[in-house]
Formats: sequence, C-alpha cells, structure tokens
Amino acid sequence: MIAATNALSERLPPYARSMGMRIDGMLDGSPLLAMDFADRAMGRPGFLHGGVIAGLLEIAAIMALHAELGEEDARIRIKPVNISVEYLRGGITVETFALGEVIRAGRRIANVRAEAWQADRTKPLASCWMNFLLKPKG
Amino acid sequence: MDSNSEKTGGRPVIPQGLSFDPSQFGKFMMRHGHTGFIGMQYHTHGDNWVELALPWREDLVGDPETGVLASGPIISLLDNATSMSVWALRGGFRPQVTLDLRVDYVRAATPGKTIIAWAECYQLKKSMAFVRGIAHDGDIADPVAHAAGIFIQVEADGWAREPGASA
Repeated sequence: MIAATNALSERLPPYARSMGMRIDGMLDGSPLLAMDFADRAMGRPGFLHGGVIAGLLEIAAIMALHAELGEEDARIRIKPVNISVEYLRGGITVETFALGEVIRAGRRIANVRAEAWQADRTKPLASCWMNFLLKPKG
Repeated sequence: MDSNSEKTGGRPVIPQGLSFDPSQFGKFMMRHGHTGFIGMQYHTHGDNWVELALPWREDLVGDPETGVLASGPIISLLDNATSMSVWALRGGFRPQVTLDLRVDYVRAATPGKTIIAWAECYQLKKSMAFVRGIAHDGDIADPVAHAAGIFIQVEADGWAREPGASA
C-alpha cells in the first residue's frame, strides 16, 4: 500500500506540488489528497480561492483515475474533457482534503467524481464530476 | 496599503458600496493571495466584461511530458474573470460567492503561451449573476476552454474573515 501511494505521489504534477498538495494514504480505494492552507491558496480574505478548490478536486480525480487504471496507466494518456464544480461551503484557512471516485473507466472515456472537505468529511466544501478522454500513448 | 490590512493577513480591506473600477481592483488583486501567487494580470474591461491574463509558468504545469499548463490555474483565472464581470456590470462591488462553475476544455493550452480569459455577466438578477467566459492563448476564435457559472449575492457580514480565525 505504501509503495502504491509513493508511486502515485510521483505522478503529482508541478502545479499540485507548488500548491502544496500531497497524497496522504488511501481512503475507500482512492488516493487521499491533502493540502495545508497557505496564503498562495487564499481568495477573498480568510477563505480558500474557488479555483484552488476546483484544482484540488481535479488532481484528486486524476489521481483516482491513475490508481484505477493500475498497470494500464503507463500506456494511457488522460485528457480532461470537462468539469462541473458545485460549491457547498466556504473553505477556511485550515488543511483541506479531496478524494476522487472513478464511476466508470471505459476504453475511451472515464467518468470521475470528487469531493473536498476540511475538518469534517460529512460537511463537504465542494464536489465535482469530471469526464476524461483516454488515449493510448505514442 | 491601508492600516486595516493587518487584520486581513496583509490584504487591504475591500471597500464596500464604492464604485467598482476593475483596473484598480485588478492591480490590487494581483498582488495578493492565490491570484498573486499564480501571477494573474488585469488586461482590460467593458460594461459587462473583463479580460484577465495568466502567463505560462513551469511550476503551474499539469503535464510535465508536454509542458501543458494545469487546468487548476485556468479555472482560477476564469473564476476571477467571471466574478469581476459581475461587478463591472453592477458598477459596484458587492460580496458574492460561486454557486457552480462548469469548464469545457476544448483543447490543450499551448506550452509557453499566456492564457487570456474573457468573461461576461450575461444576466444579473437580484440574488444570482449568470456568467460565461472563454480562455484562449492568443486567438479567441481558437479557444482553450469555455466556462459557464453562477454567482450568488451574499451579505457582507461573514463574506470575508480574519485568516487563521477558528471555525
């Protein structure tokens, strides 16, 4: 399990790293994404920027898809097609978590949902659905 | 920066009920928080629209194999541009929060190129503002992404809070 988490951490893109996102183990079969609060994530004073919440959800969705694809992952390029985010609560200046769930990963399309929360998982900040195009590499 | 800025973690307090000048707000916004971190820039605005820019940067990349910008910073850019378009149409600042935002990524952004976001408020109601936007990298006829969203107007009380205050 730790090896799997480390391999997935390697896949975090530069944007995720510069925002301080990290993989904090597995939860319900998907990599759990965590991000400490920092000024670089602030929108209106005292709250997380909506774009940061969306960015965190996207990375959680992408990481869930990498995990789901398993050995196939190295041969497939994942292209985000679209995202729809619903904002449920303001995010305050504390650690934030996000988790993706692959609803379906077919031959060409993957449908993924993700949710973000802070201290209490039952009180999500935001949720999203995303569609991805899966293309063989090369 | 005014003396109240200490209360908001270094950010100047946004004056409420004042006439809204997107160019001034843009200059202020781009120095602080997330918008400052990713290097967002104010370009220009009209009666109900705003144009912002995001120069390409290596640490904002989403795919190291291709150098394509991550979609997170593009959503942030569209979020800010659409949000500011509401204030441009209203002619004044009023607290609002994002209800929902949908983004269609019609093609990958060209590595190294600045992303431009043009956004407009096409319907302004008492409690809701309906917005849409386009992100491109030089030619608006060949967009990178389309956005559609809704902002809800909220009370000033509780819209902003002291960073680090407990829940």
